[in-house]
Amino acid sequence: MGRKQVEEIDVKKAKEARSAAADINSNYKQKYGFSVKESSVFKTKLGLDKRVVKQISQMKKEPSWMLEYRLQAYEVFKKKENPLWGGDLSKIDYEKIYYYLKPTDKEGKNWEDVPDDIKNTFERLGVPQAERQHLAGIKAQFDSEIVYGSLLNELKEEGVIFMGTDEALKKYPHFFDEYFGKVIPMHDNKFSALNSAVWSGGSFVYIPKGVKVKRPLQAYFRINAVNMGQFERTLIIADEGSEAHYVEGCTAPVYSADSLHSAVVEVIVKKSARFRYTTIQNWSNDVYNLVTKRARVEEDAIMEWVDGNLGSRLTMKYPSCYLVGPRAHGEVLSIAYASKGQHQDAGAKMIHIAPDTTSKIISKSISLRGGRSSYRGMIAVTQSAQNAKSRVECDALILDAISRSDTYPVMKIDNPTATIEHEATVSKIGEEKLFYLMSRGLTQEEAMGMVVSGFIEPIVKELPLEYAVELNRLIELEMEGSVG
Amino acid sequence: MLKIKQLKVNTDNKEILKGINLTINKNEVHVLMGPNGSGKSTLAQTLMGHPNYHVTDGEIIFEDKNLLELKSNERALSGLFLSFQYPSEVTGVSITNFLRTIYNKKNAVKLSPIKFREILQEKMSILGISQDFTSRYLNEGFSGGEKKKMEMLQMLIMEPKLAILDELDSGLDIDALKTVSEAVNYLRTTTNMSVLVITHYTRILNYIIPDFVHVIKDGVLVKSGGKELADELEQQGYAPFGE
Repeated sequence: MGRKQVEEIDVKKAKEARSAAADINSNYKQKYGFSVKESSVFKTKLGLDKRVVKQISQMKKEPSWMLEYRLQAYEVFKKKENPLWGGDLSKIDYEKIYYYLKPTDKEGKNWEDVPDDIKNTFERLGVPQAERQHLAGIKAQFDSEIVYGSLLNELKEEGVIFMGTDEALKKYPHFFDEYFGKVIPMHDNKFSALNSAVWSGGSFVYIPKGVKVKRPLQAYFRINAVNMGQFERTLIIADEGSEAHYVEGCTAPVYSADSLHSAVVEVIVKKSARFRYTTIQNWSNDVYNLVTKRARVEEDAIMEWVDGNLGSRLTMKYPSCYLVGPRAHGEVLSIAYASKGQHQDAGAKMIHIAPDTTSKIISKSISLRGGRSSYRGMIAVTQSAQNAKSRVECDALILDAISRSDTYPVMKIDNPTATIEHEATVSKIGEEKLFYLMSRGLTQEEAMGMVVSGFIEPIVKELPLEYAVELNRLIELEMEGSVG
Repeated sequence: MLKIKQLKVNTDNKEILKGINLTINKNEVHVLMGPNGSGKSTLAQTLMGHPNYHVTDGEIIFEDKNLLELKSNERALSGLFLSFQYPSEVTGVSITNFLRTIYNKKNAVKLSPIKFREILQEKMSILGISQDFTSRYLNEGFSGGEKKKMEMLQMLIMEPKLAILDELDSGLDIDALKTVSEAVNYLRTTTNMSVLVITHYTRILNYIIPDFVHVIKDGVLVKSGGKELADELEQQGYAPFGE
């Protein structure tokens, strides 16, 4: 498809999205912040103890090793303190969270099989529509469980597996023996331990050797219940020479009580494979989003994390690539958007272990209305990584005097042949630029929105079209009333 | 169309314009000339509503509206255009999308990209701008000449009633100067646009023929006349004026 054609569709979609947005007088509360009456078939008691962990495992009728694993992880979780760096975690009360809520008895293969209020929720979020239009497969998670899933038949025939992690654990135990908890061990951090203890839902993806999946596989994570904790666990294996793109979106109702989202995502990209993982996180502003994402990237393989953090009260997330094979390449493109009451502590980690490995991090953050965004990144080059190359580009845009942006880059270079570039800029939207755009008829809000959209354009153009449109639309909305 | 009466303007607590009177009628070309620091650009920026320039006295009436009550964007939509001496670079914003946005804004329409492309192509041909120009980001990495052509393209898109050209000629070679002047003359003929040319040099006046020439010095207009005044300036410099 030519560049022009793409642009045309882009603009057309953008327009459609805008007019759709106008129809529902869109803002977060109305568009995403609604909830349906909670009607669980099972819910653990408030708080976390051994019994809760056991109950989750029993509900799932898991193999006994998984229960052992969970219980061990629970002990690790109890022992580890909250990290003292990053954001303020002191307000999280682990005893005031529900750790497991089963919304329905089974996963639907057709939307008709999904209970009405859950189905209506996803319809309001546009999930089935997206599925019909441009996805290869989808998983929809509602609180703790996957409630709907589909995968194109042709992909099933090629051996692609895309299912809930719980289901995969039963059907394909050998993958779990080999990979589960190997990229991110339970001890890695307090939240990987928590997830390992109470995980539920999430996606399992296997792309067989040489299979190239053209359309994205998508997961949509929705928290519905109040004081809910969502702990999905995703395991992805891209076998040799395969290619695929996985996209996830997340939203939640607006409650005045806190929710916790703490996922673990492990990705194994085998020799010469290429995998892209895109996240558009738009949790409501009462969600703590504490996620561990890591990929093991083998010889000649490419891993790309595209990470958009728009929502949540606090996000702490640093997608990582362990570049273990020669010439492996890792990339993180991230956008953080911190508005009132939000702290986005996001970044990336690139660990160069094999020779001739390369990595790139591009981080763009926007802070406004008192929001705070922090870039926290690490580049490590071990002794064994001859001729590693890494490039970090870190740009912050601060829209007003009450907002804040920080950069915490760490480099551990143990091999003198490494080439590391780091560039960081902090900018404000200059009066001259706003005046220039306003002199062409744009209001101050529109002018700001245009500058912000332009600022993140290098990352937005990497997003699937629907998300790109959505992101730009969100930013336009956010700009409304941002000028005092 | 434009009436400036006793205009006094401060910036950084310093009075720059000290009582300017100027009337511009439909389809007239006025030229404002003066040495550096005389207040030429201040007048341009004030007319467009730059927040750093504070009007302390006087009034500006544009098309029967009190311009001073309007924000910059409202001034633009009521038909005022400023071609910037130093246009800002806006990264990530493609020229096509930008121009379509301002076109739709100005005309209160919602043209599709395909429909707009026809309009854009016509305007671009006036300036001899090639197609690949439009996928670039607004002014980013543009040469001085490209920026001025971009200003003229925006003017053609906005079709203003009055265009203020703030040192449009600076940094342009003779071919580029001819081209941008053609864009101005095109709108003068097709839409009866009025023009206020701000310049140091008379060179541009060979292509945009003035009806009136004003000399500004220390924030006041010290002399007004016809085109012959510009020739006089060219020969004698500013020194003989206003002392």
